[in-house]
Amino acid sequence: MIKVTNLTKNFGQIKAVNSISFSVDKGEILGFLGPNGAGKSTTMRIITGFIPQTGGNVSVGGLDVSKYSLKTREKIGYLAENAPVYPDMTVFGFLKFCAEIRGFSGTALKKRVSQTIEKCFLANVQLQTIDTLSKGYKQRVSFAQSIIHDPEYLILDEPTDGLDPNQKHEIRTMIRDMSKTKSIILSSHILEEVDIVCSRAIIIAKGSIIADESPKQLRMRSKFYGAVSADFNAPVKSAVISDLKKHKTIKQIDIKNNNKNLTIFPKTDKSVILDTVLTILNNHNTKPVSVFVSKGSLDEVFRSLTLGTDKLL
Amino acid sequence: MEKLFSPKNIFTIFKREFTGYFESPVAYVFIIIFLLLQGFFTFNIGQFFQTDQANLLVFFQWHPWIFLFLIPAIGMHLWAEEFRTGTIELLMTLPVTMFDAVFGKFFAAWLFLGTVLFLTFPMIFTVMYLGNPDLGVIICTYAGSFLMAGAFLSICSMTSSLTKSQVVSFVISIVLCLFFILAGYPPVTDFLSGWAPFWIIDIISNFSFLTHFDAFKSGVLDLRDFIYYISIIFFMLYTNSVIISNRK
Ligand SMILES: Nc1ncnc2c1ncn2[C@@H]1O[C@H](COP(=O)(O)OP(=O)(O)OP(=O)(O)O)[C@@H](O)[C@H]1O
Ligand SMILES: [Mg+2]
Repeated sequence: MIKVTNLTKNFGQIKAVNSISFSVDKGEILGFLGPNGAGKSTTMRIITGFIPQTGGNVSVGGLDVSKYSLKTREKIGYLAENAPVYPDMTVFGFLKFCAEIRGFSGTALKKRVSQTIEKCFLANVQLQTIDTLSKGYKQRVSFAQSIIHDPEYLILDEPTDGLDPNQKHEIRTMIRDMSKTKSIILSSHILEEVDIVCSRAIIIAKGSIIADESPKQLRMRSKFYGAVSADFNAPVKSAVISDLKKHKTIKQIDIKNNNKNLTIFPKTDKSVILDTVLTILNNHNTKPVSVFVSKGSLDEVFRSLTLGTDKLL
Repeated sequence: MEKLFSPKNIFTIFKREFTGYFESPVAYVFIIIFLLLQGFFTFNIGQFFQTDQANLLVFFQWHPWIFLFLIPAIGMHLWAEEFRTGTIELLMTLPVTMFDAVFGKFFAAWLFLGTVLFLTFPMIFTVMYLGNPDLGVIICTYAGSFLMAGAFLSICSMTSSLTKSQVVSFVISIVLCLFFILAGYPPVTDFLSGWAPFWIIDIISNFSFLTHFDAFKSGVLDLRDFIYYISIIFFMLYTNSVIISNRK
């Protein structure tokens, strides 16, 4: 388990992290969201023992990272922001170096390195010098480095940054498959990714946690959550609209495209309104060409939670 | 208390760095420049053949001055490059101690310098051909030169952790190294002896690489000179690790 308690980090006058607390259990994948400069990378750097905190505590597997830096680093795999890797080494040489530092030797070392190269789709570039690789490949090398020792704890700072859509998919699948036996924290600016991969999401802004719940709960905060959007071939009659408006579970209707598109919002208790809407439409013999129930937009929730926070302080 | 260092990790880092030197053309350029300079100073400026002596004094006399420029060139990348490319974050989050990292890198660069020194061995054959040199003295001086190179290098390793820029690191290194040379350089000590008390000059010149290198040149292996160089190395590398801890 990774446990962060009242963690604070100041860089001179800048409060990068301001007394945050959370914990990540085995089997969990925690998504770290937040605007640029929110303190995501700083928090990760403290957890991995790269920089010391100003206040508060971090324990990994029950060990305090500032007291047992070496022991905790042995158990952590870390993909740092911008994928730092030694540019003058070959992919193979670099991964071999990391595996050696991680304590592998002999045939176990060779097996580790070749397995990891296979897993991260690096076989065709393994003898290439790292500084000649494209950004996405560098990212993959850095990811490979972080999982080479099959760590119990995985800290990934924007792991899919710069990857093509296929690779994003592969890496996400890999992260999810690994999660049963690990505690994982990943940061991302791709909200959809957090929705797909993470079991929990924390939004931080200006160094403070402003939300800590499952991606679904976050989406439910969206005003679009449960909203029914319907398209019609012909303009909808005003009688239909007033009937819809009158219903007790319906809060509001947005009308667009000359009465051909309706977005119907449920009351704040987010009641399921699809049945109601379809029944009313049916009563008026009005048939939609397409109906869509919104799952809520993380994007919108993210923006409404974090907008304006950069003006604080 | 966690362990302070692990020989295995030092070796792994050493290996990575050392093989790195020979994978880049810079190393070969360095070797060639070193040997050319060495030859130029020994034969042209030092007038090796005209001295008509079967020893390598003229050859060794130039070592501190050649080191002054060439060792900062080797040392400048050691840490500055880690900070510039951000790999410091990778290195320091791997399970290695500061001691492992600083010494692993240092030993690799030192052994590289040792290799370069070794490549001057034709000089030994030259004097053996010319006469009957005292091989003991020659080997002793080589050892002294290697130790002195280590001391220069430790200074450069320390200064390279001060900055992201290799150029800045190079310049600071030369200034610091120059101090350690000049403190015992006869023109400087002569100038000081005009007005400073003897004991002060003694202390200052005792800090100089030249003073301690002279002892090796006369073939005297004194434990004090050995300890001097080793202490300089440890002091500089300790400062080096403190700087890295504070900067990362
Ligand atoms: N070494 C440092 N010295 C001074 N300030 C720093 C340092 N590192 C980070 N900061 C500041 O701390 C704050 C948080 O930075 P951090 O890198 O953690 O943000 P982030 O959430 O990772 O942002 P991004 O999404 O852009 O990666 C920023 O205001 C940043 O300028
Ligand atoms: Mg960041």
